[in-house]
Amino acid sequence: MVFTFCIEGGNFSKAGSASSEVKKILKQLNVDSKIIKRTVVSLYEAEVNVVAHAFDGDMIVEIFPDKIAVRIEDKGPGIPDIDKAMEKGFSTATPKVREMGFGAGMGLPNIKKNSDEMNISSKVNVGTKLEIVNYLK
Amino acid sequence: MEKAHFYHALKVVEKACIGCTHCMNVCPTSAIRVKNGIADINKNACVDCGECLNSCPVNAIIVEQDDFSQIFHYKQRVALLPTVLLGQFPDDISEKQIYSVILELGFTHVYEVDETADILTEVTKTYMQKHHQERPFISSFCPAIVRLIQVKFPALVEHIIHLKPVIDISAIFYREKLKNEGFSDDEVGIFYVTPCAAKIAAVKSPVGEDKSFIDGVINMDFIYNKVLLSIKQNKSKELKYELNKHISRRSIGWTLTNGEASQYSGRCLAIDEIHNVIEVLEKLENEEITDVDFVELRACDHSCAGGVLTTENRFLAIERLRKRADWYHRNKPIILEPKEIEEYRPYLLENISIKSIEPRSILSLDTDMMEAMKKMEKINRILKVLPSIDCGACGAPRCQALAEDVVQGKAKMTQCVFLQKMLTKEGLITPQESFDISENTWGVKRFEKKNINDH
Repeated sequence: MVFTFCIEGGNFSKAGSASSEVKKILKQLNVDSKIIKRTVVSLYEAEVNVVAHAFDGDMIVEIFPDKIAVRIEDKGPGIPDIDKAMEKGFSTATPKVREMGFGAGMGLPNIKKNSDEMNISSKVNVGTKLEIVNYLK
Repeated sequence: MEKAHFYHALKVVEKACIGCTHCMNVCPTSAIRVKNGIADINKNACVDCGECLNSCPVNAIIVEQDDFSQIFHYKQRVALLPTVLLGQFPDDISEKQIYSVILELGFTHVYEVDETADILTEVTKTYMQKHHQERPFISSFCPAIVRLIQVKFPALVEHIIHLKPVIDISAIFYREKLKNEGFSDDEVGIFYVTPCAAKIAAVKSPVGEDKSFIDGVINMDFIYNKVLLSIKQNKSKELKYELNKHISRRSIGWTLTNGEASQYSGRCLAIDEIHNVIEVLEKLENEEITDVDFVELRACDHSCAGGVLTTENRFLAIERLRKRADWYHRNKPIILEPKEIEEYRPYLLENISIKSIEPRSILSLDTDMMEAMKKMEKINRILKVLPSIDCGACGAPRCQALAEDVVQGKAKMTQCVFLQKMLTKEGLITPQESFDISENTWGVKRFEKKNINDH
């Protein structure tokens, strides 16, 4: 099953709505609550990343009998140095974004922590692709 | 051990129900459907919050209570009172009068449940230190919220503090005290005067306990009427009750909003009203709110002062309780002996834990994930033909709910009035068939011919 959600860049008031929708779906599918939690936490972080940095993006959620695979693709500035972005506490967020409680530099590390597989690729001034896989068993 | 069948104190009086959908639309767990013109509550989904009762225009939803005369089955009859009871009466009625009338009703002892809040606060502090990895801690205070988390937020169950609420601690204390005074277990009857439906359900089918510590429940509005009646008719000859106790400010404020959250250090939140609570639980579950130590969650607006069995306006009741707390705080009656409950502290600490709180999600479409996926695909297909205006005319609160009911075999798509009209127009069902379907949802009476000039 495939579900696609649009993410609007810069609109923090809507940040989290796509991951909440995914949560509802996973609960209906009787997915183990611990796996739901991991997945939703990682998707929430990814969603906020798109809102904070990109112009817009899509979250494509594919549910298989054995795994949940999510792609988050955005159009935006991209990440020049992915290794650096993976470091805990590293953030390029503006002070304004930080004031709103985002941008603590925990986004990507937290996604990694809450997923079984994570792949990220990015092109500067084009956008970023993030893949997250969580296994159901 | 949880029983397979959940007891609910909220009951629909079929004779009175007009099948108007008010309750169906406000139910936070979508537990209500209208069938045959009568509201039908799904026992697995209901959390006894009382929203339906508040919304009912014809008082067709009631809180079922135990027969009062059952208290006389016991030699020792203890009335456990919630502190909000004292906030219900006008200022010119004294605490002593209220207590005296309650004793006259037939109780041998009166005790305010929130008096054990002091012990619980202390134990909770230690608990939170010991289990710090389970942050954020969710209070076990409100039984409607515990049930809400079980059915809608199963991942958060482990964050509920596994300690008994004050009502159970007080019941255990009083029973043990009377046993030490020489009474046997079956001579002691402990009765809770409840401001809400959820507390009754908690007594009748306790979560995480084998049996309840309370023998019966009496609705607070019943006691309120009895007390007022007796005082107004000047029935009480003498004031039986000796007022020689001291209740802490913490105890009196315990059931009001921020009563618990104000007691702990760290970042504590206090949230009341069930929809507000749901909003916060969603955020907690997504970890959108992190860095919170303790959350106090209550189903009623303004916590227990807004319980469905309260009689006084909640703002006035809260003001009165605050005054009462201040009075006790200022005029500390001289208490020479230490509080009796202190002697029981070790015993209470031994018995204060809750065994386990099991999640029981109502959200999953099927236990088998492949089946659930098939059902979800069906639901999405059905939703494409439903009008998505959530009119409720099918007897389900939303188009989504109807689609789910159809897939679960609990409803038919033709219950949708829009589909009925379309199918009739295309000649796929006859007008009579369409009429019959509506009668099934709304009852025969709804379609009886009425004359506009009738009175």
